[in-house]
Amino acid sequence: MTGFLQNTFNGLVSGAFYALLALGLAVIFGMLRVVNFAHGAFYMLGAFGAYVLLSEAGVPFWAALVIMPLGLALLGMALERAVIHRLTRLDPLYNFLLTFGLTLILQDLVKTRYGVQSSPYATPAELSGSVDFGLFDFPTYRVFILGFAVLLCVAVWWVLTRTRIGMVVRAATERPELTRAFGIDVGRWVTPVFGFGIGLAGLAGVLAAPMRAVNPLMGADLIIVIFAVVVIGGLGSIFGSVAAGFGIGLVQAWGEAYLSEFPIVSQTIVFVVMAAVLLWRPAGLFGREEAPA
Amino acid sequence: MRQSVGVAAASAAVLLVAGCGGGGPQSDGDQKLTGDKIVLGVLNDQSGAYSELSGRNSVQAVEMAIADFKARHGDRAVTKDISVETADHQNKPDVANAKAQEMYDRKGVDLILDVPTSSAALKVADVAKEKKRLYFNIGAATTELTGKSCNRYTFHWAYDTYMLANGTGKTTTEQIGKNWYILYPNYAFGQDMEKSFSAAITSAGGTVVGKDGAPFPNTSGDYSTFLLKAPTLNPKPQVLGTMQAGAELVNVVKQYNEFKLRDKGVGLAVGLMFLTDIHSLTPAALAGTTYTDAWYWNFDQRNREFADRFSKETGTRPTFAHAANYSAATQYLEAVQAAGTDDADTVVEGLEGKTVDDVFLRNGKIRAEDHRVVHDAYLAQVKSQAEVTEPWDYVKVLKTIPAAEAFRAPSPDCKL
Repeated sequence: MTGFLQNTFNGLVSGAFYALLALGLAVIFGMLRVVNFAHGAFYMLGAFGAYVLLSEAGVPFWAALVIMPLGLALLGMALERAVIHRLTRLDPLYNFLLTFGLTLILQDLVKTRYGVQSSPYATPAELSGSVDFGLFDFPTYRVFILGFAVLLCVAVWWVLTRTRIGMVVRAATERPELTRAFGIDVGRWVTPVFGFGIGLAGLAGVLAAPMRAVNPLMGADLIIVIFAVVVIGGLGSIFGSVAAGFGIGLVQAWGEAYLSEFPIVSQTIVFVVMAAVLLWRPAGLFGREEAPA
Repeated sequence: MRQSVGVAAASAAVLLVAGCGGGGPQSDGDQKLTGDKIVLGVLNDQSGAYSELSGRNSVQAVEMAIADFKARHGDRAVTKDISVETADHQNKPDVANAKAQEMYDRKGVDLILDVPTSSAALKVADVAKEKKRLYFNIGAATTELTGKSCNRYTFHWAYDTYMLANGTGKTTTEQIGKNWYILYPNYAFGQDMEKSFSAAITSAGGTVVGKDGAPFPNTSGDYSTFLLKAPTLNPKPQVLGTMQAGAELVNVVKQYNEFKLRDKGVGLAVGLMFLTDIHSLTPAALAGTTYTDAWYWNFDQRNREFADRFSKETGTRPTFAHAANYSAATQYLEAVQAAGTDDADTVVEGLEGKTVDDVFLRNGKIRAEDHRVVHDAYLAQVKSQAEVTEPWDYVKVLKTIPAAEAFRAPSPDCKL
């Protein structure tokens, strides 16, 4: 039982990263109809930024947790204005290729300067202990990540459902043409939403730095799973991406724990789930068939 | 008239050159170098996961070997025209295959060096065999290079999975704990390492109480399931043996520390680790971890002098792969010098059975039976942060494993 709870907890922690990244992808896709392949690269930049800030300017983890997401959000907005926005009228494939190219450029820039070796980043001292849950103890840092991610997801949900900005974003996501017909300037919100999604990826990167290997390829490895998560949740579905993120984290953790005799199953379980969901509900668990644009 | 003056001048020059060269060994005209030059090819990972531990700095190490060779032999050197070709194989077997063919056929490479990643290394061994050209492998771990894939033109210079498992598995079982939990990346290298370690542990009187193959590549980057499971096994393992390498090793160690397994009585042993891995994890994260090293830069004065020169060129301390590339290039050039030719078969004859002592190979011997180069290996332990007194000096050598014990006996699978 203790083991099960621990594994569940771990699954949720992995899921928290998936959820933060998938959420960003979902809002970007919803608003811009762009599948942002560069999402993993921004996650990597978040982690690397935290490392560079600490090692070269002595900026601690907590400050990096604010600076990096904001900085990357600005960079994201600049990119949206400079290039992505120019291709949105064309086939979505163009932006997919563009963001793929961006990924390669960002990775190589970091590689050129810092090499491929992982860079050291220690857990902040105040979070390096363990929390005693009675039945088991758990690293404080993981508890922090889980709490932080859940709070953030709730905050995003609140903004989307209870504020005017959220209403516009949801409307524009689901019925872009109709929203425009009501005289709402959807275009005004496109750039900030893109920046917001990128900021979330950067935030996930900073959170990952103390517990994952910080290197130029860290995002490239993760992005494949994130795409699976987004597809399972339903492309563009904001709630679906978060739910699928946590769900896939759990499925992976349980699979590794209880199916370890069948490594083939435990290692492919995410994609098995994805295939099953696509067969059963082609639009994803929480997605709806694409509204005619 | 003018023409005949030219001819005379040219003949005089030829005579002069021949006269100077006359001091060199066996330069009697019919046995000589192809194209009057030697070309060394360094084929390795220059952009990916293994580019730091070997990569371009190994090219630098080979350049150092050439400079030293020229300084040693001066005018008596078999040639002064020695150059280096280099290519990035991206750890892909097909790329390695194509680049190796190109090096031998079009770039006139006499010897291919390094080639990390076992699958790529085996491909290049096939190319060397087919082209009858030399290949000294440094970067790859698979024992197959001196097992069923061995051939007349391939030598395995630095280390292999048997050496790693034998050193770490045996000594850790005897000195730290008998019960092991093994975590390995589930692909050829990891499976090979797991088998070698299990065998070494069992033969030292230990038990593998549990083992798990983690996904490879592990896209989630998470190993917590395995790390949580380790202390709950019955009997409880005293040692977690991780066979992950590079960034995956970094993930395992970071999370091992997060879950405080050392405080829970589970020590850490690492299958394959390079100096650059310790640098990126920081010694604090690895303090007390034991592993087998093929060479350590601050082991003695001789290594240190090499390391100081290497640092001047590269700004970093050498890993064992760098030192081994230097050694392999040096021994090849000396063999050509002694033979007076770069003919591969003649050079092989000179190398087989040769005992060698250089900065990397201590008590070294190039085995004729399977072309395994045996030499002293070292059981190393990562220092605690307080013990680290200078940058990159992260390790203390607990024990020297004599060359005769460090490597396996020649495999019956190998027929040269």
